[in-house]
Amino acid sequence: MAKKVAFLQGNEAAAHGALYAGCKFFAGYPITPSTEVAEVMSAELPKVGGKFIQMEDEIGAMSAVIGAALTGSKVLTATSGPGLSLKQEIIGYGCITEVPCVIVNVMRGGPSTGMPTGPSQSDVMCAKWGTHGDHPAICLVPASVQELFEETVRAFNLAEKYRTPVMVMPDEIVGHMRERIVFPEPGELEVVDRPAPTLPPEQYKPYDTQFGDVPPLAAFGSGYKFHVTGLNKMQDGFPTTKAAIVQAEEERQVRKVEANKADIMKWEEYLCDDADIIVVAFGSTSRSARYAVNEARKAGIKAGLFRLITFWPFPEERLLALSKQVKAFITPEMNLGMCNGVVKGCIEGNAPVLGIYHVDGEPVNPNEILSKMKEVK
Amino acid sequence: MAFDYDKYIRPGKLPHIWCPGCGHGIVMKGLIRAMDTLQMKKENTAIVSGIGCASRLPGYMDCCTLHTAHGRAAAFATGVKMARPEMDVILVGGDGDGTAIGGNHFIHACRRNINMTYIVMNNKIYGMTGGQFSPATPTGAKASTTPYGNPDPCFDIAKLAIGAGATFVARGTAYHANQIDKLIVEAIQHKGFSVVEILDDCPTTYGRRNKFKSVIEMMNHLKDSTVPVKAAEKMSPEQLQGKVLTGVLYKEDKPEYCEQYAKVIERAQGGAK
Repeated sequence: MAKKVAFLQGNEAAAHGALYAGCKFFAGYPITPSTEVAEVMSAELPKVGGKFIQMEDEIGAMSAVIGAALTGSKVLTATSGPGLSLKQEIIGYGCITEVPCVIVNVMRGGPSTGMPTGPSQSDVMCAKWGTHGDHPAICLVPASVQELFEETVRAFNLAEKYRTPVMVMPDEIVGHMRERIVFPEPGELEVVDRPAPTLPPEQYKPYDTQFGDVPPLAAFGSGYKFHVTGLNKMQDGFPTTKAAIVQAEEERQVRKVEANKADIMKWEEYLCDDADIIVVAFGSTSRSARYAVNEARKAGIKAGLFRLITFWPFPEERLLALSKQVKAFITPEMNLGMCNGVVKGCIEGNAPVLGIYHVDGEPVNPNEILSKMKEVK
Repeated sequence: MAFDYDKYIRPGKLPHIWCPGCGHGIVMKGLIRAMDTLQMKKENTAIVSGIGCASRLPGYMDCCTLHTAHGRAAAFATGVKMARPEMDVILVGGDGDGTAIGGNHFIHACRRNINMTYIVMNNKIYGMTGGQFSPATPTGAKASTTPYGNPDPCFDIAKLAIGAGATFVARGTAYHANQIDKLIVEAIQHKGFSVVEILDDCPTTYGRRNKFKSVIEMMNHLKDSTVPVKAAEKMSPEQLQGKVLTGVLYKEDKPEYCEQYAKVIERAQGGAK
């Protein structure tokens, strides 16, 4: 039987990816340019017995999804720039309490209200450092409608596997573009479900490290009673200020992602093997970069594309290795050098990292990338 | 035989953090008696709170307990209840947590009429942070941030709840300890969003700044400044001057949110518009 093919918008694909992954609860608040995610979820979730709620504000939406996740549901919220700022307090709560949840953040211009309908890639640092305190960060940056679907499925898998909030961050162009999508059949993509606790309720502890860095999370209402708090906590979930315990728990929360980077990180190398110039790009900008690389090759310039699919964790080691072969990196991006700074931070000065920055709501034109390539000596 | 509170308390979690003379423990005992009266299952009961002294209550209760972020209890609880409507969900917290930083979530939980019970311990002050004025601090009162007297008008929390659409609203006091469990029982039995405001005392940060010489004086003030709603019917406006009504203040039957959403699911699955 032929696979189902559709002409779909990116935001719609994110919603369908969530449903494919088994999402059963969505709470959100209207905001441009992510609202279509909420609209699709409001129509589709009740069909599968799931729940949709439009909350009174962004903080309430983030809070409601964490409440629902604690009952065992796979949960999603969607937002954009100002909403991401508002959600940060509760994203931190999700990190410290280790509750799986997925946040689709469609990147628009900022700071503040900025350009609500303009594309941007300026939330990538907010995805890592937006909430206060040390915490793990997983952030996926798809570049097509198909990939937005598939990466949303993977975001749910990572959230459940590592018990932590995961962000999917298409820029507005990827969120609003329409492309052909081939729907995967059920079972075709991996879907990870939350591991159930193996101990009976009377022995259960929500942060029991005898099960490793990611202890199983029981569900409220399933016979297990336990305490959840945003205070620094012990393995039994109750608050503590004991220095050694707080230190160990904080380190574990970060380590569970850092130590599993190889499983989480994803990127694409296009014509990088012999490249003198590597363009490091993500989201819609990587589409301009691919065009520029193809044009450069025709002109005899040995250019390649390193396309980030996860922004966090960042593929530091791989870029360090590539930095030993190239004359320069180029980072085209719709912000003032966020990716540029991260690349510089991991290549030990082995090559110059040239930036092309747009914060004017205009996408990066391939010709700008080609011109920059010609500056490389 | 004395009532056995221990069966609802988590072993090893007492003593609590509350100061001597604080009424929060009286409210917790009332909640426990109410749960016992209703024979509520601990593993099927979620107790959700925000931040503050009153919000530490869930940690002592042997249930599914969720100590959330400041002001957000109602929003987290909405997620719990919607995702698992078969659970009993009780919210607890203070006046500042619930009606200042959490005011938006509070009024919208009232509006939705989702079947949960919110116990607001109103001690008229932010106790945990050392006694700053809250939206419930009386005009003129002293707090650490109103050294010249509070210029702000204050909320009537029960009226706020009624105005926002809560379908059961009651008020009690920490002095009238025996009434607390009865109000909570009625609130939990009510189908819809119920609010029980308990007028409470904070001798440490409110009393000492506002010329209360002792906890007993604060407790007596709770007694003297309140009138049961039934008794008030027979009193003149002059007699009621400065008095606060207690008891069940409002009750109404309206469609409950989770039941309404169940109909949404039916319509979506049946294809009807």
